[in-house]
Amino acid sequence: MLEVREVSKTYNPGTVTEQCLFDKFSLSVEDGQFVSIVGSNGSGKTSLLNIICGSIPVESGDVLVGGESISRKKDFQRYITMGRVYQNPAMGTCPHLTMLENLSLADNKGKAFGFTRGINKKRIDYYRRELEGLGLGLEDKLSVKMGSLSGGQRQAVALLMATMTPLNFLILDEHTAALDPKTAEVIMQLTDKVIREKRLTAMMVTHNLRYAVEYGDRLMMMDRGHVVLDRVGAEKQSTSMDDLLTLFNKISIECGN
Amino acid sequence: MLDLLVSTLIQGLIYALVSFGVYITYSILDFPDLSVDGSFPLGAAVTAVLLTRGCNPYLTLLAAICVGALAGLCTGVIHVKLHVRNLLAGIITMTALFSINLQIAGSNLTVERSVDTIFTAGPTMALFGGLSLTNRKLVVTFLIAVAVKLLLDTFFATKAGLLLRAVGDNAFLVTSLAKDKGNVTLAGLVISNALVALGGALVCHETRSFSATMGTGQVVFGLATVIIGVALFRRLSFVKGTTAVIVGSILYKLCIAVALDLGLPPNMMKLITAVLFLLVLVASGRKGEEIIHA
Repeated sequence: MLEVREVSKTYNPGTVTEQCLFDKFSLSVEDGQFVSIVGSNGSGKTSLLNIICGSIPVESGDVLVGGESISRKKDFQRYITMGRVYQNPAMGTCPHLTMLENLSLADNKGKAFGFTRGINKKRIDYYRRELEGLGLGLEDKLSVKMGSLSGGQRQAVALLMATMTPLNFLILDEHTAALDPKTAEVIMQLTDKVIREKRLTAMMVTHNLRYAVEYGDRLMMMDRGHVVLDRVGAEKQSTSMDDLLTLFNKISIECGN
Repeated sequence: MLDLLVSTLIQGLIYALVSFGVYITYSILDFPDLSVDGSFPLGAAVTAVLLTRGCNPYLTLLAAICVGALAGLCTGVIHVKLHVRNLLAGIITMTALFSINLQIAGSNLTVERSVDTIFTAGPTMALFGGLSLTNRKLVVTFLIAVAVKLLLDTFFATKAGLLLRAVGDNAFLVTSLAKDKGNVTLAGLVISNALVALGGALVCHETRSFSATMGTGQVVFGLATVIIGVALFRRLSFVKGTTAVIVGSILYKLCIAVALDLGLPPNMMKLITAVLFLLVLVASGRKGEEIIHA
């Protein structure tokens, strides 16, 4: 279980632009839960993910995984059991390395990066099968440099790489936002498949309300550092696009957007 | 003519070590490391002093590698741990090394003819004693350059090497792999400056001298050779980056040798270097903006 306990976060403290985003914000996510988070810009969705991953510091509060505090761990230490897929497809892979090299790196996560051969030839068949599972015809492109693939293909590989080793958590940070609608749909379906198959706990921030409604088993809407809607299970399943849109518009009007 | 060609080849092969170093920082780490201008003469200074004191000539190479690694460590710590921008971190180390080099060597040094270098010492003579001094230099420098190249190629194919290549390409990925990207960068700087200092040591063995200003322009030289080499073999993906920079280094030294042979005064060397570098940048169409992993 992931717990965010009474976290406070202020941007630009001590200046005229000081802005308190979270004031003793708390949240817990059960193991195996797939949470979709929506909210307007500046509502704190991405900040929340960044706090969990240790990418930004907080004033007070604690983040716990399985009851153990990870607040003192640096970002890279937290990633041992966390995976993250970013909005920008270029961020999840190395463009100048081949797909095989990229996959080999991901495959070795959590182990030592020593002086043994970087590419384990015995694993190539496994990579091929995994790539076949993506259904994008990438299994024949192992020796192609990542940079020459399309954004959607790169995002699919990034997703595969992020989930290759055992994880406590998968963080999806608007990971379909930079893709065209059709590719976004493909990546979203792949994401759902991976999360179900590997029984991952996942948090997905998205601007696509339909994805938030269709996917996941918990739906949260955030506004200015607060959770304004939190529905789980059957209650979540009965939430419609219209419900969500009505609430979303109401918040936006209050914000003056 | 043949003499000129052989001596140019020797120069190219020796300076290829500087090119390897710059290749690692500029091309692989995407780190414009100016400490090269300091770590190159550092290698030479240590070598000159050790040779004069009667140290085993082969051991001086090892000593140069160690002090170069230390210089790289300094730049790395300044950048990674003290969060100083990469360009400035290199400038700080380079500036400090200028004084340190003079402290080590005392002043400009010349190594006496009676002192053995790696080109004249017993083991080298036992192997290549039948060759003239120039040819012996060619063989020895060739062996060293190729050995380092093969060592680097092997390293780049290991897990550690893959991680090093990843950090310059996409540091986020290294963080995602639960590795400290700062430490990986640091390791790269250590390796790079160790190689550059080894280059300085070889120059000292070859010319039997150390001068405080011998480091000036080594970064530019390194960058130019990396860009020449990579631009030349851009379409031939099977040619490794390390091979490309050796060729780049030799070609570059050839250009300089031809320029001098045509009667350009040595005082104009740095101007020629700068113009040549500009020409290479424009001709390769890269203008140095893009990092050039190979």
